[in-house]
Parts: sequence; C-alpha cells; structure tokens
Amino acid sequence: MSAPEVNLELALEHGLSQAEYEEILKLLGRRPTFPELGIFSVMWSEHCSYKSSKPHLQTLPTEAPWVLEGPGENAGIVDIGQGLAAVFKIESHNHPSYVEPRAGAATGVGGILRDIFTMGARPLATLDSLRFGPLDEPHQRYLVRGVVSGIADYGNCFGCATVGGELTFHPRYRNNILVNAMNVGIVRKDRIFRARASGEGNPVLYVGSKTGRDGIHGASLLASSEFDEQSASLRPTVQVGDPLTEKLLLEACLEAMATGAVVGIQDMGAAGLTCSGFEMASRGGSGIEMDLDRVPQRERGMTPYELLLSESQERMLLVAEAGREAEILAVFEKWDLDSAVIGRVTKDGHMRVRWHGEQVVDIPVDPVASSAPVYERPTAPPRKRSGPIDLATLPPEKNFSQALLDLLASPNLCSRRWVYEQYDQLVQGSTVLRPGGDAALVRVPGTQLGLALTTDCNPRFCSLDPYLGAQHAVAEAARNVAVTGARPLAVTNCLNFASPERPEAMWEFAEAVRGMAEACRALQTPVVSGNVSFYNETTRDAERAAIPPTPTIGMLGLLEDIGRAVPAAFANAGDSIVLLGESFEELGGSEYLALRQGVEGGRPPGLDLEREGRLLKLLVAAAQAGCVRSAHDVAEGGLAVALAECALRSGIGLDVRLPPAEIRLEALLYGETASRAVLSCGEESLGELLRLAREHGVPAAAIGRTGGERVRIQPGVDVALAEAQDVWSRTLPEALDS
Amino acid sequence: MGVASPEGARVGVIVFPGSNDDRDLARALENLGAEVAMVWHKDARLPEGLAGLAIPGGFTYGDYLRAGAMARFSPVMRALEPHVRAGGAVLGICNGFQILCEAGLLPGALVRNRDLRFRCLDVRVCAEDTGLFQPELSPGRELVMPIKHGKGAYVPDPGAPPRVAFRYAGENPNGSVEGIAGVVNAAGNVLGLMPHPEHAVDPVLGGTDGLAVLRAFLARCTRPAAAA
Repeated sequence: MSAPEVNLELALEHGLSQAEYEEILKLLGRRPTFPELGIFSVMWSEHCSYKSSKPHLQTLPTEAPWVLEGPGENAGIVDIGQGLAAVFKIESHNHPSYVEPRAGAATGVGGILRDIFTMGARPLATLDSLRFGPLDEPHQRYLVRGVVSGIADYGNCFGCATVGGELTFHPRYRNNILVNAMNVGIVRKDRIFRARASGEGNPVLYVGSKTGRDGIHGASLLASSEFDEQSASLRPTVQVGDPLTEKLLLEACLEAMATGAVVGIQDMGAAGLTCSGFEMASRGGSGIEMDLDRVPQRERGMTPYELLLSESQERMLLVAEAGREAEILAVFEKWDLDSAVIGRVTKDGHMRVRWHGEQVVDIPVDPVASSAPVYERPTAPPRKRSGPIDLATLPPEKNFSQALLDLLASPNLCSRRWVYEQYDQLVQGSTVLRPGGDAALVRVPGTQLGLALTTDCNPRFCSLDPYLGAQHAVAEAARNVAVTGARPLAVTNCLNFASPERPEAMWEFAEAVRGMAEACRALQTPVVSGNVSFYNETTRDAERAAIPPTPTIGMLGLLEDIGRAVPAAFANAGDSIVLLGESFEELGGSEYLALRQGVEGGRPPGLDLEREGRLLKLLVAAAQAGCVRSAHDVAEGGLAVALAECALRSGIGLDVRLPPAEIRLEALLYGETASRAVLSCGEESLGELLRLAREHGVPAAAIGRTGGERVRIQPGVDVALAEAQDVWSRTLPEALDS
Repeated sequence: MGVASPEGARVGVIVFPGSNDDRDLARALENLGAEVAMVWHKDARLPEGLAGLAIPGGFTYGDYLRAGAMARFSPVMRALEPHVRAGGAVLGICNGFQILCEAGLLPGALVRNRDLRFRCLDVRVCAEDTGLFQPELSPGRELVMPIKHGKGAYVPDPGAPPRVAFRYAGENPNGSVEGIAGVVNAAGNVLGLMPHPEHAVDPVLGGTDGLAVLRAFLARCTRPAAAA
C-alpha cells in the first residue's frame, strides 16, 4: 500500500490552509510524510488547537486560592477541603450527535469520563446540557430519543450517576443540536495525576481497547467545519463507544495509579494517539519514540496514518517508571484489557514513530503541540440589533391562569422526568438532591461534604445580547447552586458558537467571553476548564442557519454539611413563602413573550452583578442558619412558573398574594428579572430569614403560604394543582413515547 | 445463638467486570456491623468463613448478551453452588438477581421493561413469602426503595409459580408478571430482588427502608444453618 503524495492540494483537503501548509514546510525543512500531514491537520484543527478562541479565552479569570489546576490539563481541579479535590469539566459532542445521535452522545459521555479519571479521580456525577430543534418535528424527536438513550446506555453501564442538566428546544438548533456533557470526580489532593511524559528512558504504555479504523478525522473534519448536504456521509467519522470497557479501564487505571509506578497518563480522545503523545511530551518537555507495530490492533492492514489518527474509544497512553512495567501490565491483564509497551520517553524533544522498521514520523514536539497558529479573527456586530420592546404595544393578557398552564406545558418548561428517569441517578450512593431541581447535590463519599452541580445558559438572552446573555448564564448557574445552600466555587464552560470565520459569529463569541469574564470575576467563580465548539451552522440549499450563541456554564459549589441541603420543592403545608429580590418591568427575551405573544425580541433583563452577589451570600447564609425548607430560583417563565414548580415537585399547593407593584401584571408574573428566588420556611423561622435578608441588603417579602390543592397567585392566577400537574407532566411522554 | 443480630457477620460481595453497586452495597453492610470481603469473580474458591454472599447491581459484561448471561460462567459461580446447597444465605440485587436466574439458582427470568426503556425511580414494594429472611421481612411489610434497570420485568418459569418475596405495590414499573419484584428459591435461602436496598440506607439520600432487607440478609447469615 503506498501513501498518497503530499502536496498543497492534499493539505487543503485535510482542512489546513495554504499559510499553515507553508508553515509546516518551514518547520520541518522538508515536505511532510503522509502521516505527518495527518498529524498537523489534527493538531492544528480548530477543535484541538483553539486557534480562533485562544486570544479571547486568555481574558477569562482562572485563579483563586481554591483552584488547584486551571485550564490546560484534562480537567480543572478545586480544593474542597479535608485533603480532597473536585475534578471537573464540560465538553461538547455536538456534530457527532447530530450525525449519529446514539453513538455520538454515548461517546461524548465516555470522553468526559476519561478526562476525569485520567487525573486519578473517580467520576462521581454527570450532567448533560442538551439543545434541539422544535419538539413537534419528527426528526428532532428521533434525535432526542437517540441522544437520551446514548447517554443512558453509556452512563448507566459505566456506573456513574447522571444527576442533572438542561433540555432546550429552539428552531435554530434544528440542524445543529448541542450535546454538552459535564462530569465531576473526586481525588485526594496528594494523588492527582497529570498528562506528562517525563524521565528519559521511561516506558510508554498503550492501555485499553484495541485500535480500529473508527473516528478518523473526527476532530479535524467533523468538529472543525460547518455542516452541509453531505454531512451524513461523515457518519463513519463518529466513534463507537463501549461503556463496559470504559468501566474496566477506570478500575484498572485507578488500580495502576495506586501502585505508584505511573509517571503520567493521558486519554486518547480527539485525534487519538497523535494528540495524546504530543500533549504528554510537550507538557513534560520531552520527546517520545513509538513503534506502531506494537499497538494493539483490531483490524488488519492498518496504515501508520490510520493508527495515528484513529479515535477508537476507551484507550489511554501512560508513562511508567522504568523497570516497573510489569506491575502495570499485570493490572490491565487482571481486568482483561489490552496493554503494551509501545515506546519510551526521550530527551531530544522529537516525536519519532516507526512502522515496519521504517521511520514514518519525525517532528519536533513543541512547534506542533504549542505553537499552533493563532488567529485574531475579525469581529463585527450584526447590522440589526434587538432594541427594547414597547410593552404598551403588546396586547394585554386575557387569561393569566391559562398563560401559566401553557407555559408549564411548553417543551422548554415542562417536566423533564421522561429524560432523567432513563438515567441511573443513584449509583455510588451519593445523590442527595436528584434531578428536577435547580442544581443536583452529591455527597463526597466518606464525608459530610456536598457538591452542588448545574449547567445553565439561556440561548434566547444570548441571541439578543451575547455579552449580557453570558453574564446571565454565569449568574443563574451560581444562583442554582446557591439555592441548595452551596457556595459557588468555580466554572467549567462549553462555548458553542457558529463559524469563527464569519465576523458576526466571531463578534458573538468575543462578546460572550467578555461578559462571562466579568461575571466570573464579580462572583469569584474562576473558569478552570472548558471546551470550544465552533462551526455549529449549516448551509443547505444556499441558506445558512446558525445556532444562537450558547455559552453553557457548568458550575460547581460546595456545601460543608449535606444535612443543610435545601431542596427546590416545598417541604410542608402551612409554611411561609418568601420572595427574595425585586421585580422590574422586564419581558424581553422571556418564554412568555415567545409562547403567548410570538415575539422573540426586546432586551434581556438587566443584571447587576453586585446585587446578584448579595443574593448568593444570603441564600448560603440562610441555609447555613437552617431557617429555609425550600428554595428555588426565578428563571425561565418568571415568578409564577417558579412558584408553580415548587408546588409541582412537592404535590403541595400554594396561596400567594403579590404586593402591589407599579409594573404590568404580565411582567410581574412572567417577566424574567434576574437575582430573585422563592423560599419557604417554617412560621418560626420567618423573622430570622427576613432579618438575614435585611442584613444582606436583599429585598424580601412574605407573600403567602404553602398548602392546599391549588396554585393561587393573586392577582391573576388560580388553577388546580392537579390540572397543572397534568399538563406539566404530559408533554414529553406524549411527544416521545409514540 | 439463634439471636438475629447482624453484628460481626462475615459476608462476601462478589465483584464482576461491570459490577457498579458493589462498593455501595459493601459500605451499607459494613455500616450495619458486618465484615465484608470483596470476592473477585475469577476466584474459584471463596474466602474462608463467609456466612453469606451478596451479588451487587451493575452491568456485568456490559449486559451485551442477556443480563447476567455471561457472569454465570465466571469461576466464582462454581463456588457459589455448594454454598447454596449447604443452606448459606445469598442476596442478589438487580443485576445480581438476573445472574442468579441465569445460573438457575433462582427460578424465572428477567426481560426488558415493558416500555423498553431504563427506569430509575422510587417504588413501593410489599413483602410476601421471604423464605428464611424472616422475621425481619415479614409478610405485608411495605418498603420504599429505588429501582434502576432496563431489564427488570420478571417472567416465571412456565407452570411453576415462584415463591414471591416482593411485589410492586401501586404502579408496576416494568411490566413484571403479576408485579413480581423479588423471589426466593424453593429452599428459601436465596433472595433476589430488583429494587436496590443499598440505595435506601440513609435519610439524607432519600430513605432507610432498604436497611430492613440488608438486616434480614445479615441476620440470616448469623443464624445457624440448622435453624433453617
């Protein structure tokens, strides 16, 4: 078999630009071999190199006293006390999940799990942020079913609880769905492993599944370009996952790490053997030489090009202490996994690969791994920007009760039970607050510590104003965490955007990152890990369709004592209901406007980060003081929906009278003003709660009581709880069960 | 002896490739005072002095064939049979229940849920004939525990009604024949059930009804076999 001739044309086919190809010629001082060209195309792809996003990402805050590892490693790490650390990251698997929903979503989960246990942590909980086109379209329903079953198959079989996430429907995701998976694991602070190849002469081991031909060019072609009519033909670039092997790989890796013979370890994710080898060598300031003939192979006749670029799943590259290979190999044999010494660490800074006795790759490591091209892409604001809406021009709402029922039944606000019931929410025995609330809360095994976890982004806000929308995403994620009683600690982000080569899309990206940086700074939640997914747009029949900017925030918070955890659902009948925060006349970008008035416009609600910070502190303090029985943040759907959700999740009704306000009733009930939450507390705690609110400078009002069989919010809303329950729970099963 | 105290019972938790709830089960048993040995599936000989064996939930061998169909061939299963014949206590939870059925140590089979989907939710079950796991699990006792499985619909052997240990009270979550949630063998010393008692052992994590099942198992382990 002869390799094709390498020239500019072939480089362009590989997704490299002419300038990049010329840079390669200069770097090597010669024409690259075919496998070398493949390596450059992957390492310098948008997906692996962050060449368009890097200049912006550098503006994000990444440090705090509790941050042990910021961006750059496989995942971020924060100190949670008692000698323990939480390892977490969110990652996209958007393009593969559209092309092949079940396998795409499953391997998305598999990839994020490996990022966590590569660092020595045992994965504890998964969250999934999912976005689709309209639920009433058959193809979207097929995609929802496929993605959810893929996540369920992989996570359940692997044995890591899926505890939360998001599900959003919007027409602009029709051709580009988003599947973002987040995982958090726990590790002892003194047992953290890093992806470094160091120690000249140390053996390089390949462990896990055999290498096959699947997933070649997943990173460079599938993830780093937009979709068109031919995208279905990319199906072979989607990898196929095997959760059992991943589970065995987890146990074997943790056992191998416990021997003390592991120097560094890195999972083979995007771009496989190539990427992991280069990254490990680059971080270790070393070189690696490998013999491809020793790589365990699933198929015959694989070329060096295929072996280097395969994205077969469930594989790791590991550097061991010289002389201790046998200990590691024995562990993998116990777990019936392949393992082999395929090379060794060198000190000359080159990656050298042999195949059939011939040297097929010889590249200096640093230029490829860390000197990838960086682009300052041009940005341009859209010509037409959404201005404020004149509320006076909106027809007045005729039936506020019906509006509530319609909102509760809408795909974006209805019960998510159909989804999360398919996930094992409990394995490992740590789940304190299960899915369905604001944030999930998991116990750190062997302690009383709890981790609150959430993902959040309101794409409608981001579409109207990416800067403000990204700030809202951070603020709401922090609020979701704080209502459980946990203190928000740090962020992982998944930045889903359209093509960076279009100035308008690049402007959206730049604006979102700017807003996110400000919000994370203000709320003291640094970004410790993340992922950028560009090219979420599709050109079909000469029409371009791009997703709304979707900077998904994954937030982690710490609760010192899980005994203080606060659920979102009401706890008792007869408790007092308290509204925290102030409501303004803000209907722009609301679910209500979109659903009842057919308007997706206006300005998103304002956000005062200082005010938000005070609310977060109050929520944490109130939980600490033990004076709250339930707490839920006010978000999509506004105050009325937030109150109804507390009732729906508990089966306990409510009777509320809102204090007179000088804003339209539509805005009071259904506006999405930020920095608000609804709490319930025992009669005896009301005084203390109100005192705490005063102390923190947060407006608070006792607005009614829990109990009864109705959702009564006066003025305007009075519906039977049973009817609300019925419409809220029917939407997803009816759409997806048929 | 004869006092049903779980203190000091020495029991084994069998670990297969793909066992997921093994550590949760071991922790729950230890919290009840048991001494737990993790038993690797490749071990053809059991550790000395085990009074009972528990098979945890999970996806042994990925459930890629039928649930439990591969695990029954593991060497440890050969060691399990004499233990069962001697009247030793065995508890199989979820995938453990599936393995026991595949191995013929419990009657019947577990097939895919009625709606073909995995389901994770709390269910209420009612104890009926729990064989030798009484009096801790006396008939009529209701317990709330979570289920989490895709293949939990119980189908009895044709013409041979099993000894039903538990039945779903209220909604039948998976289409089990006659709502059967758990069975014991003819001798009454092997108990299999789909709900997860080890995930209902802490009020902070949603309930403590599972303790009754685990206590019954440990009590059985400390009662002399002759008392059976």
